[in-house]
Amino acid sequence: MTIDPILLLEIVLTIIMIISAIIAVETKHLVAALAMLGLVSLQASVYFLILQAPDVAMTEASIGAGLSVGIFAYAFWKTGETEEKLENLEEMDKGVLIK
Amino acid sequence: MIIRRIFAALFAIFFFISAYVLIADIGFGNNKMDDLVGKYYIENTIKDTTALNVVSTVVVNYRGLDTLGEVTVLFVASVSVGVLMARFKGSKLWNVSTTPIHITAGRILFPLIWIFGAYIFVHRHLTPGGWFPGGAVIASGVLLLMLAFKDYLPSSKLITFSESISGSLYVLVGLIGLAIGGYFLYDFVYRTYGIGTIGTLISGGFIPIVYTIIGVKDGVELSGILHHLSRDDTE
Repeated sequence: MTIDPILLLEIVLTIIMIISAIIAVETKHLVAALAMLGLVSLQASVYFLILQAPDVAMTEASIGAGLSVGIFAYAFWKTGETEEKLENLEEMDKGVLIK
Repeated sequence: MIIRRIFAALFAIFFFISAYVLIADIGFGNNKMDDLVGKYYIENTIKDTTALNVVSTVVVNYRGLDTLGEVTVLFVASVSVGVLMARFKGSKLWNVSTTPIHITAGRILFPLIWIFGAYIFVHRHLTPGGWFPGGAVIASGVLLLMLAFKDYLPSSKLITFSESISGSLYVLVGLIGLAIGGYFLYDFVYRTYGIGTIGTLISGGFIPIVYTIIGVKDGVELSGILHHLSRDDTE
């Protein structure tokens, strides 16, 4: 029994994509979330290449993994959004600060 | 928290089920090319425009007006970032820490990145690519420069100037087509003058011209967004 290498690559890509997407949502560290977002885009661009859409793969790699990560980083620095603020927000969510 | 997550999951399930019900009858995977407009595109692209890439022919030639609208959308996005960031008057960058890796990579890679970005949109009628990835690669080169060199900031006047020039040039190409061929964005290069051999760089009618114009416009607009975002408000 032989395994198609493309199929194997697809399975590995899908698993990594799902894991990094979950990390991007769940992590408290914003820069790590950003890196995971770029990773998802990179995997998606490889996926598009496997599906024989090189145009879309190129766009996804340059926009999703390249430029949007930079723009997000600038936006984070601009708003001064940090981990501590996010934790404060969580506490506010639980009603600690509203008392 | 947990109740909210359950509600979110229920909403997602509901959304996917309703989306499935809505698009279940479309019938993806069936061969619908025989009687629709796609068949015309595939059969007549080389005869009409001498371009080897059907996608770029559809984008610039058969559906040129839509591309003009798409460029306008990007222009509006860039302008709105500029309006939002207008209160930051300073021209100083953040105190972003740079490393020797950034600086060396910026010096060596920057010209190659720009050449690759230009290659993507100049060769659009022969190879896969597009004006949006080409412009994004160029803007990524600008981003690399901005990260590597603390004092570097793209010139605001140059950005505004080249943005308006390239936007006007696209409309001008369309108007030349209107004057020569009778309708807006008429492919005057191939269909009137017959310039171009199939498979070479000079082929595909006015596709390379239009792609170069809107690729430069896209790169400049994305660089402008980066320029607006990177200005500091202190001092």
